[in-house]
Amino acid sequence: MSLLWLRFALACYFIGLIYAFFALSRTSDLFSRIALHAASLGMVFHFVSLVELFLSGHVVWASVHNGESLLAFFSMTFFMIIYAIYKTTSPGVVVFPIVFFLTFVAAVDEQPVLSTSFVQHKGWLVAHIILIFTGYAALVLSFGASLLYLLQERRLKAKKPSSLISFLPALEVIDQIGYRSLLLGFPFMTLGLITGSIVAMSTYGHVDFADPKILLSILMWMVYMVMVFTRWNSGWRGRRAAVLATFAFVAAVVAWAANYFSTIHRFAAS
Amino acid sequence: MRYQLIGVNHKSAPLEVRERLAIPESRLPDCCRDLTAHPGVEEGMIISTCNRVEMITHTTNGSADLRGFLHDHFHLTAAELDAHLYEFREKDAVRHLFRVASSLDSMVVGEAQILGQVKEAYATARAVGTVRGQLDQLFTRAFAVAKRVRSETAVGSSSVSIASVAVELAKKIFGTLQGKTVFIVGAGKMSELAARHLMAHGCASIFVANRTYERAIGLAQRFNGQAIKFDDLYNSCDRADIVITSTGSPHAIFRREHGEQFLSRRKNKPMFFIDIAVPRDVSPEMAKLDGIFAYDIDDLQQAVSSHVADRRHEAELAEAIISSEVERFEARLHTLDVVPTIVSLQDHLETIRQAEIDRVRGRMGPLTPDQEMAVEALTRGIINKVMHTPITTLKTAAREAEATTVIDVVRRLFNLHDKSDTPPEKKNEVGTRQ
Repeated sequence: MSLLWLRFALACYFIGLIYAFFALSRTSDLFSRIALHAASLGMVFHFVSLVELFLSGHVVWASVHNGESLLAFFSMTFFMIIYAIYKTTSPGVVVFPIVFFLTFVAAVDEQPVLSTSFVQHKGWLVAHIILIFTGYAALVLSFGASLLYLLQERRLKAKKPSSLISFLPALEVIDQIGYRSLLLGFPFMTLGLITGSIVAMSTYGHVDFADPKILLSILMWMVYMVMVFTRWNSGWRGRRAAVLATFAFVAAVVAWAANYFSTIHRFAAS
Repeated sequence: MRYQLIGVNHKSAPLEVRERLAIPESRLPDCCRDLTAHPGVEEGMIISTCNRVEMITHTTNGSADLRGFLHDHFHLTAAELDAHLYEFREKDAVRHLFRVASSLDSMVVGEAQILGQVKEAYATARAVGTVRGQLDQLFTRAFAVAKRVRSETAVGSSSVSIASVAVELAKKIFGTLQGKTVFIVGAGKMSELAARHLMAHGCASIFVANRTYERAIGLAQRFNGQAIKFDDLYNSCDRADIVITSTGSPHAIFRREHGEQFLSRRKNKPMFFIDIAVPRDVSPEMAKLDGIFAYDIDDLQQAVSSHVADRRHEAELAEAIISSEVERFEARLHTLDVVPTIVSLQDHLETIRQAEIDRVRGRMGPLTPDQEMAVEALTRGIINKVMHTPITTLKTAAREAEATTVIDVVRRLFNLHDKSDTPPEKKNEVGTRQ
């Protein structure tokens, strides 16, 4: 049942995906409104799907695909918060495709349910997952914002008159969106890693730093920290910030993909 | 529809002619009265602005001598005036007025002022009573059309002057200009204007640097700003978000190293340089820096002209709206024209029918319900058949120019009177007499 709702949500996000492709070439108020409504509707379905999942009784949080669904939902939440504050749907250009992709993967099939029974402290595990995913979602938004920043900067630099009329918000607004997402995401990411270590410690008695998943996570966190620091210290933005954000994002994606290789963080019992 | 319009505008007549025709506001009421006193003119009103003088009238026969009025009233000969005049009738007059009210006929297409001016002129003429039913209808529609054009096209949305383009650009960079700081380098008319625009949009503080310090002080005082010694320029410039520069320097005064210095002191917060100096004050090398956005006079000019081009495109949309509105207005006028005739024709025949039935009833005594129904159906059928052709003819004619003729003929044939001047008793009388 939960999967069915998720597929409904996916259909709604699909409209957002189309919007993302169109918005790059033309501006349409109507279309962005449609995309926004579709996305909100998608979030409702998505929420129902997540609630059902939760109520189903299995703690399936830790399945890879449920995680993706959760991350997609958090990203959408961030997107909506940004819309509420800045009245712009433009981050959707980046967020919608990512959310669509995540939801798509999550909606493909029922997941092999992970036996988490060996985890000692379930509370920590849930906290770890929620914190990490919030951090990821913020990172997605910040990554999106840095791409938009680059785009808008290039338009302004090109001095093509047509660039004056664009769907993109002002440069400083994009910058603020990116920076705020970054700042918001950092503590979540940090706490997420700490709770993760606690889970690992309590389960295995130690943290295996040689594990690829953990290595990558730490790398991602470090890049994240460098981003926050350079931003705070010397106001890096534009190209340099975008490069860092892309780097952090790629690291995050790889860290996520490492779930499939990591021995200790593997979900589905193989 | 017997509208007639005559006038001059910035395209048809040079300023010298427009000056001679211009009517000061104080004389407008009298002039409106004179216009309606002219032979053949029923209603009239005058729009007089710096770019146009137009007389819009509703006339008795659709061909009043408005040129004659202008010659007499302004003491101008035909030779002096006629070449500059345009004159429109009926549909064309309606279209022209719609275009004027929608600011499509303006020098700066899309400027909002003209609608207000037309509204004022309308109010004045209404107050003196030279605008009544016909022109009233026309102008009410014209205002609605102007509103529609404004809301459905972007004709009025982009601004055109360099100063406002600069403001728009600044907004694209900073979002809001609230609390931003402006730095004027080299006091001049243009930079002052740009600064004024920026301040009007919320910029909070202003610095002025000029080679002659006194001039900087003077300008700074006007803006409640702060004058900076020219030597301190590079040390204080990073405080500004927007720099308007227009010095007469033969070399660029802002070079790459300055830009780097500013950015590092500003923690890379972006800076917007409006460089209206020729030769340029901002070196192209500096403009390449991330976080520096420099627009020179050509860039700004280009933005302005693209706005004009955008407007032209939007103006085409607006023209389409106007065309459809003119059709609608015309159709409505005509339909309005025939409706009363149709109604009184129906009333008229119905009265006859009722009277005839009453007479038959009087002669034959009460009828059974069946007979009653049969008589009812029979008479109704006849009347409907008789009315069918005249009504369809009227309705078709409503969409063509001959409407008034057809209406006249029908009214005469059936001896119809205006509803208002035919009291019901009289109608009955007419009915019974036949």
